[in-house]
Amino acid sequence: MSLIQAGVTSAVAIAERRRGKLGQSVYAGRPHRVIQRSFFALKSSTWLGVVSGFVEPVFYLLAFGLGIGQIIGNLTDGAGNPVSYSQYIAPALLATSAMNGAIYDSTWNVFFKMHFAKLYQTMLHTSLGALDVAIGEISWALMRGTVYAIGFMIVVTPMGLVTSWYGLLAIPAATLIAFGFGSIGMAVTSYVTNFQQMNWVNFFMLPMFMFSGTFFPISIYPEPIQYVVMAMPLWQGVEMVRGLMLGIIDGALFVHIAYFLLMTIAGLIFTTRRLTALFMR
Amino acid sequence: MSDLKFKPGQAVDVARAMRWGAWAVAEYRLFSMSKWMGSMFAFGLGNPVIYLISIGLGIGALVDINTGGQGINGVSYLQFVAPALLATTAINAVMEEVTFPTMQGFVWDKMFFAMNNTPITPKQIANGIMITATVRGVFNVLLYELILWLFGAVPVTSLLPMFITSLFAAVAFAAAMMSVTVRLENDDALFAIIGRFVISPMFLFSGTFYPLDQMPIYLQWIGWISPMWHSTQLGRFLSYGMPLETWQLVMHISFLSAVFVIGILAAYPKFESRLQK
Amino acid sequence: MTSDMIVAKDLKKVYGDFVAVDGINFTVKQGESFGLLGPNGAGKSTTMKMISSVSKRTGGELTILGKDPDKFGPEIRAHLGVVPQKDMLDRELKAWENLYTYGRYFGLSRKFLKPKVEELLAFAQLEEKRNEKVEELSGGMQRRLAIARGLVNEPEMLLLDEPTTGLDPQARHILWDRLFRLKEQGVTLVITTHYMDEAEQLCDRLIVMDKGKIMADGSPTELIKKYSSKEVVEVRFGTDKNEQFADEIKKLADRIEVLPDRILVYTAHGEQTLEAIVAKGMNPVTSLVRRSSLEDVFLRLTGRTLVD
Repeated sequence: MSLIQAGVTSAVAIAERRRGKLGQSVYAGRPHRVIQRSFFALKSSTWLGVVSGFVEPVFYLLAFGLGIGQIIGNLTDGAGNPVSYSQYIAPALLATSAMNGAIYDSTWNVFFKMHFAKLYQTMLHTSLGALDVAIGEISWALMRGTVYAIGFMIVVTPMGLVTSWYGLLAIPAATLIAFGFGSIGMAVTSYVTNFQQMNWVNFFMLPMFMFSGTFFPISIYPEPIQYVVMAMPLWQGVEMVRGLMLGIIDGALFVHIAYFLLMTIAGLIFTTRRLTALFMR
Repeated sequence: MSDLKFKPGQAVDVARAMRWGAWAVAEYRLFSMSKWMGSMFAFGLGNPVIYLISIGLGIGALVDINTGGQGINGVSYLQFVAPALLATTAINAVMEEVTFPTMQGFVWDKMFFAMNNTPITPKQIANGIMITATVRGVFNVLLYELILWLFGAVPVTSLLPMFITSLFAAVAFAAAMMSVTVRLENDDALFAIIGRFVISPMFLFSGTFYPLDQMPIYLQWIGWISPMWHSTQLGRFLSYGMPLETWQLVMHISFLSAVFVIGILAAYPKFESRLQK
Repeated sequence: MTSDMIVAKDLKKVYGDFVAVDGINFTVKQGESFGLLGPNGAGKSTTMKMISSVSKRTGGELTILGKDPDKFGPEIRAHLGVVPQKDMLDRELKAWENLYTYGRYFGLSRKFLKPKVEELLAFAQLEEKRNEKVEELSGGMQRRLAIARGLVNEPEMLLLDEPTTGLDPQARHILWDRLFRLKEQGVTLVITTHYMDEAEQLCDRLIVMDKGKIMADGSPTELIKKYSSKEVVEVRFGTDKNEQFADEIKKLADRIEVLPDRILVYTAHGEQTLEAIVAKGMNPVTSLVRRSSLEDVFLRLTGRTLVD
């Protein structure tokens, strides 16, 4: 406390606010400053590029729901009731929307900030800690994911694809999904050192999107493969949102929630460690 | 620094340098690309194979159950989507070349400006890019055809004609896309926007997953103007004999030729003005 | 007239309504080392691009190696070596691969290039870095690599745009020495710079440019003789006091320039003039007697200092 007792400037006092508290070496209690920086950056970026992120799932919904839906007819939901093909894929695409929003920001954008803009070096030269940066950046990814999910809901609700009031809970569920993906995405990205490795993120994303019970039930696979799919985060998200939008609430919901909470915490821990190791040697 | 001794101005054979300019550009691009060979094929083929399995087999299972295996054009769903997936593979392979690497040459490392300091002309640079794109297309189309054939999605007799049509459509598309890229001052999320508003709808709404005329009429125009649809129609005609009138054949081929010619004509002058400002 | 490498008559370049180069005339002879000197935005780089035969002129005449660059760009470029201001190296390729691929643009054979690349790596002192990617090289190494690349086609004329910007002093001196040796072998050098010492070291003849026009031309010595005195005394009295001593000092010198931070006193005998100033009871905080340089020429011509 000697610095504060010496009566130096208030700026230092603010910077040292969390001195002596738990985790002071990595956390200064100001992740919102990191978020604020993202807002400033957003204002000067191409808004169409940011906003348009949610249209891709909408296109998939139109293309598959309208076209293939006619050929396929109805499927059955978890409780055995018939649902239209559009109703079946809409929740999956909402979960994908949230995932995409979070992943765009937490992978490619973070990669550029780390390796080209050297943004985190600069931030960590101030009194911000690695955890501030991690939470700030992941929250930003989470907000983007949530906004995409809301956009998607605004499009699909008038189409009659949300059949239950629980459907409203799909938005916080999407936030949770975005949090999980944002957190893991940033953790992975912080370990990536070049472009070629970054491409593997995309390489992993597409099959996950196509095979996680998004467009057809996973019962189509042999049993061992079904377990692999069930371990994938997107499948967890898809099932969570699907249950809510179709009004099927059961114990599985809590498993999905627990899955994403664990994913989020693991991501935060690894990101903080890595940023500390990289920039605070 | 050791000394360097030479007689100035003797080394270069000017005529030879001028004649092979475009090939020198292509050689360089293929050379630098060879370092990412593995991941290039993984991405170039990985994605379409995933679509083949998830859509062709996964959704195909649902479609075929519902329609007794002859839902569309009287063939299995896998056979129906295979030509469309081939068209996508070809277009994606060439597009890789005319987007980011082309932008890089102008903006990020400015290699095109360095090339232009040698006898190489802007037109030759554009041609070099097109040659490279074509080479990438050739490899990806051949490999993907092999995969389609192994899955029993296309007959062996259609492989050569489909190779030609899908590659031609892709090259036409590359020319058009190149003429767009050369006009972009910087990336600025534009490729992401083009990806979402042009490439992705083209993939989804070009009669890829079901016949175009089953789309609502207000979405069908996307197919009409997309090289992807024209390529797919030709592929279906060649693969399982989907009926096409002669005028339709002529129309598809003319459309693709027009895209190619317009793309090239729009690209050349901009390459020149941008490099020789 | 084969000995004229460059002939520019009333050469002009206009971008929109901005006149970058405003009707300049100069000739560069074979084997000469020619400098374009001026501050940023003077039109040096634009002139350089026209000489490189990549940028078309808006007006006037230009002949490079006896040919019109607007019509014979590729032929001319085959005999030029260009070292651009921004290195424009392929960052993802290794050092040797950059040299090799660039050589291929000139249609040079693999057989020719194999030993050539090694020779150039040695010239640029990059033998040990031959297998490093460009992005892993330091700024100075990248600069040397870009210069080596400009020599791959054994050019008749080497064009260097700000060749030593960003190099440390030792590296600059080594580079100057190498360029001098190239010149001895008959390579014509054209150099843009805003470093006066560089122009004095390297150039037989130079033009001083400002705002697209030529302010003066001649050899460094001629220019100094014509536009400056033999020696210069720099005195500082402190920011506010410089002005007040100016009038007094003026009487003791051929000419003075009052800058915000110091006064430059132009005279044939620096030490004597400084003694005279002190004798008058003016005691500068710091003082320096030096030889007159191109910096002084530029100041005289434009009334401005050359700032980085």
